[in-house]
Amino acid sequence: MRKIRRLLENKTGWWFLSVLAVGWVAGLFHAQPAGAEYADVVLNRLSEANGVRPVIYPHWFHRIRFRCKVCHSELGFKMKAGGNDINMLELMDGKFCGSCHNNNIAWGLENCHRCHSGLKGLETGIRGGHKAGGPGVW
Amino acid sequence: MKRLFPITPALLCLLGGLSIAVVEAAAPADPPAKTEAAPAASAAQVNTFNRLMTPKSDRNQPPPLDGIHDPEGPGTKTLQAPRDAFSALPKSSGGNYVNWVQALKDKAINPRYDRLNPKEEPMIMELDIVREVKGFMPDVVYPHDRHTQWLDCSNCHPDIFVPQKGANTISMAQILMGQKCGVCHGKVAFPVSECRLCHSKKKDQALLKK
Repeated sequence: MRKIRRLLENKTGWWFLSVLAVGWVAGLFHAQPAGAEYADVVLNRLSEANGVRPVIYPHWFHRIRFRCKVCHSELGFKMKAGGNDINMLELMDGKFCGSCHNNNIAWGLENCHRCHSGLKGLETGIRGGHKAGGPGVW
Repeated sequence: MKRLFPITPALLCLLGGLSIAVVEAAAPADPPAKTEAAPAASAAQVNTFNRLMTPKSDRNQPPPLDGIHDPEGPGTKTLQAPRDAFSALPKSSGGNYVNWVQALKDKAINPRYDRLNPKEEPMIMELDIVREVKGFMPDVVYPHDRHTQWLDCSNCHPDIFVPQKGANTISMAQILMGQKCGVCHGKVAFPVSECRLCHSKKKDQALLKK
């Protein structure tokens, strides 16, 4: 403590501490890892609370195979991340994801880990929207 | 005591700095080697002026490296990497860096229009809507055909856009907040950084000079 006080008695000490402070603020905004693919959706309303990894839904993979309207009109998915109140029971009944993920059109629901593959602590929402990792939008 | 007072903020900063250092050191390095891979400045890269822009090498990362998939997850490594899927598709400069509309046109992809019937053809509406823009930007042309290839009328009408001429006010602010066009553009369809894809109709130059 006394050392720090001594540091502040000269200009260099002040400089040292200001640089440290600036570094600290910059650290708060430091670049995050590359980030999700554009339009990946994280679903974690129920997953983690029930002991499984959050779901990551890749829009890109699905739009190569289906047009938007198949899910957003036929299957009833609202066009808002987190706006669809769905659970595994409904999927098993053949609704929502379960209308294709039934070992008929696509692989079945027993492949838990293909969807439940997210890092713990992720929040529900759509990802990958920005071109940059910093505080700015682009 | 009075002399001590001005140094307290600085002390707080120091402690804060130390705490962040400790927390970051203690935090597990989740996607390994990701942050280390930042390209070192070299003479060839002097024009990469914005260090926050995602370098090309970091686009379309495979799931274990993308920062949201758990690399330890048993399913993560079985997932396809976007780069592998996109290699044969036409490129663009935003979003997934894939020109999806062109991909459809080129038949590089053939996504189903119906869940069960792979032969079902989309009902395409050919109607361009021109929206005059107040500012200096070129007017917006909204092409129904490129949208009806993917979507059903009910996806947009009447909840997002009232199907009536002049009934919809749209601003870039709303779009950036995820309303109107921003329900898709900026989230899943090409982002607003691609200005000229919408603002594509040159204004009458004679009118502009008045």
